[in-house]
Amino acid sequence: MKRIEPILALALAGAIIAAAVAAPWLRFVLTIALAKGIAVMGILLLLRAGQVSFGHALYIAFGAYTVAFLAPRVGDAVVLLPLAALGAGALGLLIGLFVTRYRQIFFGMLNLAMSMVFYSLLEKLYHFTKGSDGIRVEIMPVAGQALDRIAYEWTIFGIALGLAFALGLLLRLYLASPMGEALAGIKTRETRLEFMGVPARGVLLSAYVLSAMVGGLGGALIALTSRHVTPLLAYWTSSGELVFIAILGGAGGVLGPFLGATAYELIRVYAAASFADAWQMILGASLLLVILFAPGGVWGMAARAVGGRGR
Amino acid sequence: MAEWFQDNGLLLGLALLDGLSSAGLIFLVAVGLNLVFGVLRIVNVAHGSLYAIGAYSAASIGLFLTSLGLPAWASLPVLLLSAALVGAILGPLIERLLLRRIYAQEEVVQLLVTFALFMILEDVQKLVWGVQPIHHDQAMKLLGTIDVPFGTDFIPFTNYQLFVLPGIAVVTLVGLAWFLRRTLTGRVIVAVTTDREAATAMGIDAAKIFLLTFTFGAMLAALGGALSSPTAALVPGIGAQTIVLSFAVVATAGLGQIEGAALTSLMMGLGRSIAVYFEPELEVVVPYIIMVLVLLVRPQGLFGVTETRRV
Repeated sequence: MKRIEPILALALAGAIIAAAVAAPWLRFVLTIALAKGIAVMGILLLLRAGQVSFGHALYIAFGAYTVAFLAPRVGDAVVLLPLAALGAGALGLLIGLFVTRYRQIFFGMLNLAMSMVFYSLLEKLYHFTKGSDGIRVEIMPVAGQALDRIAYEWTIFGIALGLAFALGLLLRLYLASPMGEALAGIKTRETRLEFMGVPARGVLLSAYVLSAMVGGLGGALIALTSRHVTPLLAYWTSSGELVFIAILGGAGGVLGPFLGATAYELIRVYAAASFADAWQMILGASLLLVILFAPGGVWGMAARAVGGRGR
Repeated sequence: MAEWFQDNGLLLGLALLDGLSSAGLIFLVAVGLNLVFGVLRIVNVAHGSLYAIGAYSAASIGLFLTSLGLPAWASLPVLLLSAALVGAILGPLIERLLLRRIYAQEEVVQLLVTFALFMILEDVQKLVWGVQPIHHDQAMKLLGTIDVPFGTDFIPFTNYQLFVLPGIAVVTLVGLAWFLRRTLTGRVIVAVTTDREAATAMGIDAAKIFLLTFTFGAMLAALGGALSSPTAALVPGIGAQTIVLSFAVVATAGLGQIEGAALTSLMMGLGRSIAVYFEPELEVVVPYIIMVLVLLVRPQGLFGVTETRRV
């Protein structure tokens, strides 16, 4: 399975590009899916350690608001993206120092608490954040090039695809490295890890900071694509959505988040278009079906389809 | 200080009364969540939906019976009965059809199943009751108001919020503590909470206990909702708010702690209502500040017991 993963990745990238060319409205949906996929890679990292964060929408919102706040001052997407990632990473370090002392439900709930505090701040500090109205993000130059709308959207799409590829590769390397192996050790038996002299908290903290950074990056891409940020990005249901995508994709490989995010966004768009009042219900029902009848997620189904085993 | 009290004393008094009544509601919901988590080891995200459905059903049943000419005094028992009905129907349905299939699964999968259920029920609730606010406060009007002496002044307050809500919460607390410690079924529940394997090995029918506990928890959530329905207009989103607050209570109190949940609900209810009257911006944040402060000092929660580390 490991060997055909790159081939599958290329095939998926090809399919995404083809879909974006064939149907212009899909370009928007797929850019968002790529951005969310990037953020979900962070969830995958934490899942490897057996920890579920129910508050990672915090970092998405942080990245998105970084873009919204700094766009008038900096005004270049290529500068804003790393700024958002670094900012989210710094915030992740600060919060991570606290939350990585906890495991299981406490870890999940503390993350939830942090994201809800951030959500309320975004909503209540109207003076800075314009409250629930949110902030508009104007089309901005990319690497000094002023672009028209279509060219801009294609450029952001390309950047998202490129980042997804590069980060996916990095994540693969990370998971195969001793640090990545130690993460899995936290899940099986943390005490044994400590006996071997591996600082479990440090391992989890570094994974946490990385997950915050990709979250911030995903959020920045979402802000650049949807060009409008609202506090809802940080709401706990958005965090649940990220975990949802991780499981939908299947926690097996690095491709999982992207398969999951694409499937999720497509279901959402179709459900919202055909059943405006019940799109949440359809998403929930598809999640239940996947968990009950396709435990490996989309990745598992794809893996079975090409004849390999799920993991 | 004295001067401040002269200016704001009445406001503080009102905040305390409000806090007391909302603490009662928070406790009913949170203790149900805590009980279910203790026995089933599943964080039930859909607990908030049960609260919302309990609230809407109580209002609808109340309105329907009133239109049939139900005497006003009966509106209070109707609240209790409709909560019992919602719990007795939805509780076994959810446990048998859904949760039973996933007891052996990973924690994250269990969390997501209830998250999916939450999404489904949220839309069901919108489809059944619509998005317009529903209001039915007969039970509260029936009991009238009372002038609560406060210093030299009086604060007018509804009897329903002053006596019924905290009263039912106290009765639940005492009844639950008695039930869990003095009756056979209660002790079996405690045994399953403490050590599921040992309890099953002793011949306890875990499946039966799970069903019983979940149904009871669902009734408590619906009861919280039903009792809240006369005090405020019902709008979509109340379930989401409630579940996030209950999470905070459960994590702060310590898992499986009944008295801890009561004390924490009181702290959060009072903290929140004081914030509402003096610093409204902080209202949503206060419970999490309390939670973070408590967990910093006591990582296992206020009353939680530290688990021995497994090697």
